[in-house]
Amino acid sequence: MIGVSGEPTLAVEGVERRFGAVRASAGVDVDVAEGELLTILGPSGSGKTTLLHVIAGFETLDRGTIYIGGHDVTTTPPARREIGMVFQNYALFPHMTVSDNIAFPLAMRRTARAECAERVRQVLDLVALRGFGKRYPAQLSGGQQQRVTLARAIVFRPKVLLLDEPFGALDRQLRESMQLEVRRLQQRLGLATIFITHDQEEALIMSDRIAVMRDGQLKQIAPDEIYTRPTDAFVAEFVGESNLISGRIERIERGNARIAGPGDWKIMAPVGPNLSEGEEIAWLLRPEIPRPRDDTRPCENSFLGRITETIYLGNSHKYRLECAKGLSLLVRWPASASRPKLPVGREIEVVWSAADGHVLRRS
Amino acid sequence: MPSAISTVTRAQTHRLAAQLRLAMLAVPAMLFLTVVLFVPLANLLSLGVASGTFAPYQKALGDPLYLSVIGLTFSIALATAVICLLLGYPIALFLALSRGIVLTVGFICVLLPFWTSLLVRTYAWLALLGRNGVINRCLLDWGLISEPLPLLYNFGGVLVGTVHVLLPYMIFPIYAAMVRIDRNLALAAEGLGAGICSIFWRIYLPLTLPGVFAGCALVFILSLSAFVTPALLGGGRVIMIANIIQIQVSEFLNWPFASALSAVVLVSAVLIYMLLGLLTDQGRTLQTQRPH
Repeated sequence: MIGVSGEPTLAVEGVERRFGAVRASAGVDVDVAEGELLTILGPSGSGKTTLLHVIAGFETLDRGTIYIGGHDVTTTPPARREIGMVFQNYALFPHMTVSDNIAFPLAMRRTARAECAERVRQVLDLVALRGFGKRYPAQLSGGQQQRVTLARAIVFRPKVLLLDEPFGALDRQLRESMQLEVRRLQQRLGLATIFITHDQEEALIMSDRIAVMRDGQLKQIAPDEIYTRPTDAFVAEFVGESNLISGRIERIERGNARIAGPGDWKIMAPVGPNLSEGEEIAWLLRPEIPRPRDDTRPCENSFLGRITETIYLGNSHKYRLECAKGLSLLVRWPASASRPKLPVGREIEVVWSAADGHVLRRS
Repeated sequence: MPSAISTVTRAQTHRLAAQLRLAMLAVPAMLFLTVVLFVPLANLLSLGVASGTFAPYQKALGDPLYLSVIGLTFSIALATAVICLLLGYPIALFLALSRGIVLTVGFICVLLPFWTSLLVRTYAWLALLGRNGVINRCLLDWGLISEPLPLLYNFGGVLVGTVHVLLPYMIFPIYAAMVRIDRNLALAAEGLGAGICSIFWRIYLPLTLPGVFAGCALVFILSLSAFVTPALLGGGRVIMIANIIQIQVSEFLNWPFASALSAVVLVSAVLIYMLLGLLTDQGRTLQTQRPH
């Protein structure tokens, strides 16, 4: 999705921001197109919020350039960047009514009173808060406050929307409905959006693209491959559960490698052209991939294991399998009445096809 | 069901016992205050009407001499509050925005007057502002003035003293209100297009108003009862109500009249406190009201 001009709505190039010796942003490049939602996913302290504040103009930057709609805004003050921002703790003005809060950015732009009222009314409808205009923020629930913040951030029709962990304080059910609501709104208004979260599930639900941040660097900008084909071990570990096992490539044959591990186990997995024989690698297998052997389809990888640990997760069971030759695997299978929990000590043979594994260069 | 009823009563008893235990915490202080404050206060107020008439009150509120003293007292209190606000608000803002060593040093500077005797500080003003004081001497030596300026024993002289003594009482409530403000509010306002002036007038100032009201109430009420400052810096020419009360008690032994004057101060202080409290509460309920 590219804007009319063919340029990304928001472009961040080589941005660096240091705090003393710490690089909170260490050479970040990001593009976001009109109507696109990019999620920046990362653990706390990885520099997500700093990057957002740099884009909004609250933080100065040591190096790099920021473009909005093709214009260099690196030195433009925040008030004139035309960016809508939603803060983690809402940051609603407690002494103003909902209407006054939403009208604030319009008042700052000296919008005529009549137009101001009309746009506040429209945006209140948009976030399903009709009739709440006269209330004060403290008289609203968390979800309603969230909507007011969102309304205030879009009422002046910015080109870019920044969302800083906006759903962190909401309970699970509310969070899910808000996620979809925000996503619909953002697509409808065609806003180039950066969304920050540490919740990977939320990231997968909301995003066109996901970038994982670590130590001030964006590790990967990948679409849906982030789960199945992560580019490095950090991303693999951070997004979803994983078996991430060290090994060495023994042999490569037609894109498939035979990988050997410390206890002399051997598995088959596909490798790209950037890896060669003899290389030390990390091998990724998502826990839902291996299945009990059922002879319907031959698989390259087959291991006999003993269950040493079980965890019930409601919709699934998680097992720790100790296999022969020191290979330890985490597997997760759906739970249902016809598939009861397997007891600790049970021996079971699991299989998976070589294509379902993923090999990463050891970092 | 009997068992259910007994459970309810037991729960109520428990709650009552807990409240009683809590109330016990306040008993020592209340006893102390009863002995040293409430009983003498009741005594004092009864003196004013002991004769069976309201003559002392009629004198206090009818005689132009005493009315002018009351008027002067209120104008000094008002001027003190206004000047303290104008000086204190920027200092509170400075403290609220400071971090680390700057904050510590700033706090020490504000608190420093508390560590020195009021009398010493007031005498220091005499040395500075007197006819032969440091300031007049310097100005004369530099040839800026030909004869000493009347810096003492007038409205301005007393005002310097009261402002100096009471400034911290303005700074702290405002500072407390400022540090409670979410820093993101300013960022949010800035991101929404507000300049520094708009942020101050539309966001920061309204949110610090409860602190401003509290500080003004404190300073105003404390300056109403100023005694040492007008006694020394007013030099008998600027007389505030506390000085009159003292003269009535120690020189004329007119206790009923002193009592009536005290009651006037007390009642006006309570009224002003309630008025400002009402303003503050109104602001606060709007911000913290919850549905249900």
